[in-house]
Amino acid sequence: MSSETKQILTTDGIPLEVSLKKAEKKNKIKAFLLVAPLLLFLVITYIFPIGDMFMRSVDDKMITNMLPKTFKAMEKWENLEELPPEEVYRSFYEDYKLLAENQQHGKLGQRLNKEKNGFNTITKKLFRQIKRKKIDESVSLKEQINKLHKRWRNVEYWLAIKRTAPPYTVAKYLKGMDMYFDSDGSITQVEEDRRIHRILWLRTLEIAFFVTLFSFFMGYPIAHLLATLPMKYSNLLMICVLLPFWTSLLVRTASWMILLQQQGLVNDFFVMIGLVGDDNRPEMMYNKVGTYVAMTQILLPFMVLPLYSVMKTISPSLMRAGKSLGGTPFVAFWKVYFPLTIPGIGAGCLLVFILAIGYYITPALVGGASGTLISNQIAFHMKTTLDWSFASAMGLMLLTGVLVIYWIYNKLVGVDNIKLG
Amino acid sequence: MALPSYTETRYRIWHYIYLTICTFVFFFLIAPLFVIFPLSFNAEEFLVFSEGMKNLDPDAFSLRWYKDMIYGTKNPWGLAAKNSFIIAIFATIGSIILGTLAALGLSSRHMPYKGLIMATLISPMIVPLIISGVAIFFFMAKAGLAATHTGIVLAHIILGTPFVVITVTATLSGFDHSVTRAAASLGSNPVNTFMKITLPLILPGVISGGLFAFVTSFDEVVVVLFLAGLENTTIPIQMWTGLREQLSPTILAVATCLILLSTLILISAELLRRRSERLRGINR
Repeated sequence: MSSETKQILTTDGIPLEVSLKKAEKKNKIKAFLLVAPLLLFLVITYIFPIGDMFMRSVDDKMITNMLPKTFKAMEKWENLEELPPEEVYRSFYEDYKLLAENQQHGKLGQRLNKEKNGFNTITKKLFRQIKRKKIDESVSLKEQINKLHKRWRNVEYWLAIKRTAPPYTVAKYLKGMDMYFDSDGSITQVEEDRRIHRILWLRTLEIAFFVTLFSFFMGYPIAHLLATLPMKYSNLLMICVLLPFWTSLLVRTASWMILLQQQGLVNDFFVMIGLVGDDNRPEMMYNKVGTYVAMTQILLPFMVLPLYSVMKTISPSLMRAGKSLGGTPFVAFWKVYFPLTIPGIGAGCLLVFILAIGYYITPALVGGASGTLISNQIAFHMKTTLDWSFASAMGLMLLTGVLVIYWIYNKLVGVDNIKLG
Repeated sequence: MALPSYTETRYRIWHYIYLTICTFVFFFLIAPLFVIFPLSFNAEEFLVFSEGMKNLDPDAFSLRWYKDMIYGTKNPWGLAAKNSFIIAIFATIGSIILGTLAALGLSSRHMPYKGLIMATLISPMIVPLIISGVAIFFFMAKAGLAATHTGIVLAHIILGTPFVVITVTATLSGFDHSVTRAAASLGSNPVNTFMKITLPLILPGVISGGLFAFVTSFDEVVVVLFLAGLENTTIPIQMWTGLREQLSPTILAVATCLILLSTLILISAELLRRRSERLRGINR
């Protein structure tokens, strides 16, 4: 009797519990199969390539593959204060000779030169000696190589080769922060006047921060107006926000380039009201002013839309209640209305900040030299210097920053609450 | 926004200051777009308002830059416009199909690891474009798709699907699932139910997601700059090159056309939003 009440059977004689689980599992698979095509597509074309970026950024296998024997011999080099033993010299010579035969020696010289200045000269010297067959392999190679140049007698250079042995390196990340490995392997900062990347990171943060701030102070009042006006007026004014939102980024940048040029309308206006002299028109483009103005206008809709969608849900009777309980309009606003809009503020600010921190097109066009941001530097290394591993490293550093912000965003508002238009 | 008659003077003043600020911000948002219109009809080659234009002299206006845009010799705009439309249309179709399917799966309450998968699917929207550009370039170069239309279309599908996923998931959140169950109990198979019941109801969301995907593709320049060869040039690339080298009034003619296009898209997006709200029974 007791077993009958525990196990309810379906018409096929299978326990209901099992049958239900089976159905649930089937539904799970069905749901997953619907998501699978996009997930698979994104993983292959997008997520893996980002992983590939990481591999490229730490990859240092080139030199490991070029000098296999040398690095094997160096394992036995124990007293690092003194020059390595004959065996290391011989392995290096053999590796180098092979590279010279395959016309690969130039790459090695350049790569070693990056590790320690002066390598290019002495490897070229070795190459010439090998080409003229001036090196006698039957006697000590250590003496012969040491005789070529005094730098070969300097243990620092051999230590530099040893440092390149691991197939992975974080050197590119250090370079992105204006640091490098010193000859003794410790992390050192580059000289003060060569710290270009740190300036760029700080400038990127600064511009993103101020653009967010400006957008907030401009976006809050108009979002409030749009949310409180009667529908027929607010719909009309909403066009002012939505039309720029839908318009091409390049079109909006072009319009700022026209407005801000020296003979442009903004300067005309300043001259007209007598703020500046006609012969003394200020430069408003190709500097930070241009970047701030154009970026604020372009990103403003991303601030207004989330704010608006939150403010729309706040009942106007709350403000009336605050006032009727004795608060002045200011107190009622500050104690009642403002706290209710905080989710919208969080969403808008983080959205604008994330977009601003990765900005590329507008700063490149109106920013000039002082308006370039970290993204411009990444593009420069991708397209001009072709140092892809460095571009990857900087991209991943930027990505880490964005993911941290995104994580905060998710904690505060939730990804599902993103609203578009 | 009329103030009640009992408002104190200082709040009255404050109210007018607030309205002034709002007017200024709205002006700041919309005015730059209107500079482009008159200048694109400039008869001269300079990008400033000539004396004739300020006096509304009809001779100071002309259509020469529009003619140059369409008939100009060795003009890239024709090819660029053709490429832009082909790429954007295919990218939109791809985004709609993949994004709608994924949104249907994500809206099912049986979906495992919903949060993680949602985060992955919309990640291309959060990751800065420059990083997406680098990553996608590495993939396309390996796959041999760099400097091909296919490669650019695939890249734009990656960037466009998050919008479709978000809009369709939002539409489905107000979706009454009992209608599909009703269809099933009346003997309809799942495909038939989807085509006849679900799709018509979520169509506004699908189309507005598609509009986002279309605009994203049509306006995208960062990723295309990495991927495109000479044959795959698009309107944004031509504008980018033009703006970098020399601002010619022809660009303004193109920009005017783009503003008209975005106005059209804005109107259709608004109509769709209203229709969707009506269909889902949200009354405001």
